[in-house]
Amino acid sequence: MNKHSIPTSGTFRMLRNLALAALALIGTAGVAVASEEGGMEPVNVRVDDTASVQRGARLFFNYCSGCHSLQYMRYSRIGEDLKLDEKDVSSNLIFTGAKIGDHATNNMPANLSAAWFGKTPPDLSLEARAKGSDWIYHYLKSFYLDPSRPVGWNNTVFPNASMPNALWELQGLQVAVKGEGHGAEGGAVEKLEVRTPGRLNAAQYDDAVRDITAFLTYAGEPAALKRTSVGIWVLLYLAFFTFIAWMLKHEFWKDVH
Amino acid sequence: MGTTFVRLHPRNKVLAWTEDRLPWLSFLSAHTSGYYAPKNFNLWYYFGSLALVVLVNQILTGIFLTMFYKASAAQAFASVEYIMRDVEWGWLIRYMHSTGASLFFVVVYLHMFRGLMYGSYKKPRELVWLIGMLIFLVLMAEAFMGYVLPWGNMSFWGAKVIISLFGAVPVIGDTLVEWIMGDYLPADATLNRFFALHVIALPLVLLLLVVLHLGALHEVGSNNPDGVDIKEKKKPDGTPLDGIAFHPYYTVKDLFGTGFFLLLAAFIIFYAPTFGGWFLEHDNFLPANNLATPEHIKPVWYFTPFYAMLRMIPAKLPGVIVMFAGIVLLFFMPWIDRGVVKSVRYRGLGYKIALGLFAISFVMLGAVGAGVTAEKIPEWFGADANVTTIENAFGRFWLVVYFAFFAFLGVYTWRGMEKTKPVPDRVTTHE
Repeated sequence: MNKHSIPTSGTFRMLRNLALAALALIGTAGVAVASEEGGMEPVNVRVDDTASVQRGARLFFNYCSGCHSLQYMRYSRIGEDLKLDEKDVSSNLIFTGAKIGDHATNNMPANLSAAWFGKTPPDLSLEARAKGSDWIYHYLKSFYLDPSRPVGWNNTVFPNASMPNALWELQGLQVAVKGEGHGAEGGAVEKLEVRTPGRLNAAQYDDAVRDITAFLTYAGEPAALKRTSVGIWVLLYLAFFTFIAWMLKHEFWKDVH
Repeated sequence: MGTTFVRLHPRNKVLAWTEDRLPWLSFLSAHTSGYYAPKNFNLWYYFGSLALVVLVNQILTGIFLTMFYKASAAQAFASVEYIMRDVEWGWLIRYMHSTGASLFFVVVYLHMFRGLMYGSYKKPRELVWLIGMLIFLVLMAEAFMGYVLPWGNMSFWGAKVIISLFGAVPVIGDTLVEWIMGDYLPADATLNRFFALHVIALPLVLLLLVVLHLGALHEVGSNNPDGVDIKEKKKPDGTPLDGIAFHPYYTVKDLFGTGFFLLLAAFIIFYAPTFGGWFLEHDNFLPANNLATPEHIKPVWYFTPFYAMLRMIPAKLPGVIVMFAGIVLLFFMPWIDRGVVKSVRYRGLGYKIALGLFAISFVMLGAVGAGVTAEKIPEWFGADANVTTIENAFGRFWLVVYFAFFAFLGVYTWRGMEKTKPVPDRVTTHE
């Protein structure tokens, strides 16, 4: 028997088995990632698209921040990451009299807002990490008028949400087209239609919502920008280190027979 | 004795002075260049050293996290976000720690499977195996308590479910649960004691056990993929014919293994730190809330096989007993398996099949415990399928397979029923 063929085939088998195991693991995780979004069409926002995140920040502080805080996010950090100077941030994003180094909290009293909406509007610092970007995007597109709800709005992504459509003047008024059904409620919602147009057309509104989603994704993990840019250098260094270690091992093991 | 202790006499006067009083250099040398390991270690033999690498990572990153973390139910969650956003490189330290926790279990599970494949638990290495199992047990407690510390909603509900298991103990159960939590629910008192146990008590125990694990190993020497005792064939100088000095041969080899492992780990840390919700779960980005139960309460992936054992048994106390039995039986492997041949390479077909099924059952139970099957069943069997019935049938089948492994081994290795192949005198393969 060839002395060298045995170890090679053994190592190859082992490598192949390990590779298959790794593939299976990644496959399982991938399936889980895809399915946990509940079959929603992925939006694929990019937090490194600074212009989009900037527009999203402006929309957020104009339309959302009256009720929703970003209590872990500092204005100064937003400015730093989105390449805005202090003046830009103060005039475009701060409407509460907060200082540049403050966290983006708001002045809505929690006990009163709970009475107004049935639930205190949650802090959104980590919304993208808890619910996912796709969820936010589709949620913001899925409001419809529903007189049976306390604030007059409902949502197909999050049924019976307490929140009204804060973006109605952009999107317009959307209504639900329901299928055949029994009872006063009618059947299931088949599709949503904008009956009264808003300031934006459908494509423009999608872009606006995409920008807000990008901003909230950024706000969920501001470090992601640095993480992805530093990571490649770490990987290159480790690849080089591993190569040197492999050569060292090869050299040392020459005398093992 | 697996090590050769040679008294060193360093030229350096300071070192000579200390060496005469405390022979620490001689000790280190005996356990590195004086420790002979079989030359035919394969890929499976990297995981022991990798576990040590991860342990060091957890301790170092843990020290820095402790500097900024607040062990208080009111402040813990915010302090973790403070680390993620305001502390310089805090996000990196935290991701290294959270990724390290999952990778710890990856390497430990592979390390344990290696032991099962090559019979590393058999005489004379029973104590190595037993100490290793203790490490695994303490590691599970350590990981569970660490998972509670960020005080996310899954931390809270996970803690509630796991601690309530102790309520299954007859008579004193409810009192025991309150005693563990220090409250009627997981609360500030629980968080504080878990912090104490996680950052000092259990790490001390772990370190001690790791030293004992290595000490016991070095006394009897390492096993190898052929299960051959290398000490039987010696060179004229008394060192094993098929052995090589741990240092430098395996230190450089493990250095390479560590580099490769760090490459994979860094890829996760920098490009997939939550690993799709498997390493850091979505529900744990919401603060603990005793009024909002997560849709699916489940532990992190590395506990899911045992969680499935608990869930597949309809009553609480029997469920807890079965789950603990699933771990305790592993302790007794050296005595359940009475086969004389160590390595799977030369064991009977029965053992090969049983070990394969055992590994598959562990993964399948993990899938059940993680809720993967519950999610997939409507896809595979149609939306009207009764998820609970199908999942229970599936989970219980693999539960039986898991325990059948031990029962089968007990019978199969009794009175030479197993048809083994001849074991070679010397190790067969090496790089």
